[in-house]
Amino acid sequence: MLHTAYRPEKEMGLRRIFTDSGHLVRPAVVLIAALGIFLIIRALVIPKAFGQYGHYRPAALMEIRQRPIVYAGQDQCVMCHDDEAKTRAAGKHAHVACEACHGPLASHANDPAAHVPKLPDVANLCRRCHEKDAAKPPGFPQVVTAEHSGGMTCNSCHQPHNPHL
Amino acid sequence: MEISRRDLFTIGGKLLVLASAGATLEQITGAEPATEAYKMADHWWGMIVDIDKCIGCGNCVRACSNENHVPDGYFRTWVERYQVTEDQQPQVDSPNGAIDGFPPSTHTGVKSFFVPKLCNQCAHSPCVQVCPVGATFVSPDGVVLVDQSYCLGCRYCVQACPYGCRYLHPDTKTVDKCTLCYHRITQGLTTACCENCPTGARQLVDFKNPKDPVHEFLRHNKVQILKPYMATGAKVYYKDLDGSVR
Ligand code: HEC
Ligand code: HEC
Ligand code: HEC
Ligand code: HEC
Repeated sequence: MLHTAYRPEKEMGLRRIFTDSGHLVRPAVVLIAALGIFLIIRALVIPKAFGQYGHYRPAALMEIRQRPIVYAGQDQCVMCHDDEAKTRAAGKHAHVACEACHGPLASHANDPAAHVPKLPDVANLCRRCHEKDAAKPPGFPQVVTAEHSGGMTCNSCHQPHNPHL
Repeated sequence: MEISRRDLFTIGGKLLVLASAGATLEQITGAEPATEAYKMADHWWGMIVDIDKCIGCGNCVRACSNENHVPDGYFRTWVERYQVTEDQQPQVDSPNGAIDGFPPSTHTGVKSFFVPKLCNQCAHSPCVQVCPVGATFVSPDGVVLVDQSYCLGCRYCVQACPYGCRYLHPDTKTVDKCTLCYHRITQGLTTACCENCPTGARQLVDFKNPKDPVHEFLRHNKVQILKPYMATGAKVYYKDLDGSVR
């Protein structure tokens, strides 16, 4: 008797399992909801395409690339300043870039009239490269500037773009 | 229309599942396609430094400072003057990073030379490994960069760098470092420091470009990287580097 009373029929069985496991279904629903919310927040918080190239934000590459350029590069100077370029190419300063002496001039190269550059301060300019120092490679032309120039500015004897007299 | 509590839950649940699926999908596929002349995969940047050509003029330091608006007293590149006695004890000076060059040396009877320093753009960089948030990384073309908007300023990377090449920017309070002038080299220009080096002591190189002079350079010269025992995969090669340099 007892046996039959507690043996449920087949379709009853499924429903029994469902109703009996109500205490499992409810936490499961909560879990799924929590997972859903987690996924949404995750998608909102993590930047777009994070991890495309590695563990970082790929848009950062473009942001860094868009920083402004300050030194135009001498290819630009040479295009407009033919004379100086020719003079320089003939002398020992052939491989010294224009902006190495003239300073950053991208603004001038972009709009020459609006940004007319100041000329370099010769008193300090030449000394920085040519002052005698034992640490300099011995083959590099160096002078003790105070003795060598006798107090005159370097460009009263040397032409900066082609320093040979 | 009546909405029962049950309806609300069912509809809400369905919406939630849809939204989360959509969010995940967008996360996975949201990458922007690269449509550009500059292909990162075609480059692998580094630098070669020829110690015997450096005259310590500080042009590179000034150029870097101007180009990248490096705050006063901080350096992304600097030049050191080594004066090494016979028993290999080096004395090193770098007044203000050599931004104005060096005062003439007073030492005599020592071996002396200049060593320009900068980020070594390590391929296996310790600084990248310690970053907890992915704010610093090696780009696909081999440059170690910092995502300014993602950096927390925790300084782990500053400590991890064996070469002392990172600093905390005093205004932004985020970490800053040499970008190998990423904004220039991706446009076909050289770095500000290399542009302004009068003797060619430092040269930007692209290891993936078969025509780059670096291949010839590495074949014919004895080169060294800094702190090779750290296995950082440094990509700045020094020619004629003295053993006393650290
Ligand atoms: C688009 C053409 C152009 C480019 C590029 C250019 N310049 Fe000029 N530059 C000029 C012109 C035009 C003047 C004369 C401006 C004036 O006097 O109003 C000038 C004037 C100068 C002067 C001042 C001359 C003086 O007598 O005071 C210097 C120095 C100079 N340029 C250097 C450079 C350097 C270095 C570069 C490379 C970064 C450069 N320029 C790029 C057109 C150019
Ligand atoms: C070795 C350093 C040096 C280099 C390299 C150099 N200049 Fe100059 N440049 C000077 C100095 C110094 C003056 C100022 C001369 C003076 O005051 O008499 C000057 C003057 C000028 C002037 C003004 C006109 C003149 O001749 O006085 C122009 C324009 C100029 N430079 C352009 C260039 C360009 C373009 C290049 C690159 C092709 C270049 N310079 C490279 C040092 C340099
Ligand atoms: C940015 C560094 C730099 C500056 C600034 C500079 N020079 Fe030079 N100078 C050089 C280089 C590099 C050489 C070539 C050295 C070589 O051929 O080995 C050179 C060569 C020379 C030479 C030729 C030496 C020889 O062997 O015949 C003279 C002279 C000279 N410079 C004078 C000057 C004068 C004057 C000035 C200032 C107007 C000046 N330099 C500014 C870098 C510089
Ligand atoms: C009174 C004229 C005069 C003045 C001023 C002058 N020089 Fe000279 N300089 C010369 C003469 C002359 C030579 C030797 C000729 C040569 O070698 O070409 C020379 C040679 C040089 C050399 C080459 C040295 C070598 O070993 O080959 C350099 C570098 C140099 N000068 C730099 C400078 C600098 C920097 C200044 C400014 C501080 C300067 N000069 C000022 C006349 C002058």
